[in-house]
Amino acid sequence: MTEPLPNRRDVVARLLRDRGRMLVVPGLGGTTWDVAAAGDSELDFYLWGGMGSAAMIGLGLALAQSERPVLVVTGDGEQLMGLGALATIGVEGPANLSVVVIDNEHYGETGMQPTHTGRGVDLAAIAAGAGFAETATITDLAGVDALRPRLHAGEGPLFATVKVDMTPAPMVLPSRDGPWIKQRFRRALLDNDAV
Amino acid sequence: MAASDAIDTRQDDWPAHIHRTFIDHGMRQIAYVPDSGHKELITLCRADNRLRAVSLTTEEEGIGLLSGAWLGGQSGALLMQSSGVGNCVNAIASITRACQFPLLMLITMRGEWAEGNPWQVPMGRAVEPVLEALGVQLARVERSEDVADAVSAMASLAFKSTVPAAVILSQRLIGAKSFQD
Repeated sequence: MTEPLPNRRDVVARLLRDRGRMLVVPGLGGTTWDVAAAGDSELDFYLWGGMGSAAMIGLGLALAQSERPVLVVTGDGEQLMGLGALATIGVEGPANLSVVVIDNEHYGETGMQPTHTGRGVDLAAIAAGAGFAETATITDLAGVDALRPRLHAGEGPLFATVKVDMTPAPMVLPSRDGPWIKQRFRRALLDNDAV
Repeated sequence: MAASDAIDTRQDDWPAHIHRTFIDHGMRQIAYVPDSGHKELITLCRADNRLRAVSLTTEEEGIGLLSGAWLGGQSGALLMQSSGVGNCVNAIASITRACQFPLLMLITMRGEWAEGNPWQVPMGRAVEPVLEALGVQLARVERSEDVADAVSAMASLAFKSTVPAAVILSQRLIGAKSFQD
């Protein structure tokens, strides 16, 4: 008998444990609520829009802050909208960037319509083909625990897709004020250089 | 920053002036989808280790990239052909505008002056109305001697006033594609 898939909130909470200096970009929708539920941080840049752009925001941030680990944690639907970004990240090869897809194989914010990842599309294989240094598909919490230190290893770019169950998680909403989220992040990161 | 002070008098070499302006404004990440109008500028940026020149699969990626760069304390520019404007629309609205990020776009025009490809005309016509609708500040350049000042002015506007700005490099300035060997 196969083990049940883990709950998304457990997965994200474990990924963010002892996050230290890590900068986090959660993608539009469920993963923004997951990261907020794990405990708000000034160094979270929550997305409430711009579907498909989370990985590229992570790339620009990783190139600008090459001494810090950068984690993009996003959904399967969000990443499917920005597949080209995986190719661009593969070419640029930032060692400090990780992209982790919380993959429930459905569009959770719009009525749980199936995404391509439940119909044969393998995001980790696409990332491997794009040139990511390390890729994985994870289906249990032991795998998540093994992944966590890899996010800090600086040997990326790393891509992992974590298959999670479809149990709805309670809404945990961070601030929806984009300019405030942006400026809070910059002040925390850049100190007096943040204009 | 008095970026224009350093500009030499060889005004026909406008891609070199743009490159110099990037350096003078302290930009670090230059994102692009190639266009023949940007060919020389892309070559200059790729050869300069003060700049990270990032080749994109589609222009929309550049909006995310430069927003992330700004979060991390760097600024930059996005180079594209006019058709690329259509690929960026939601990202400009939903990231740049929604979060009040700065943005500097340099757009080489097709579909206007002496255009030989009718498929370029509709998007070329739509560029300025679309950018206006998105609240992007525009500076249109027709003459090579105006390029450096326009790029420097729009860079100051973008990064000091934290708004999206675009320099429209007209097809008259760049020259129409010949479609001949």
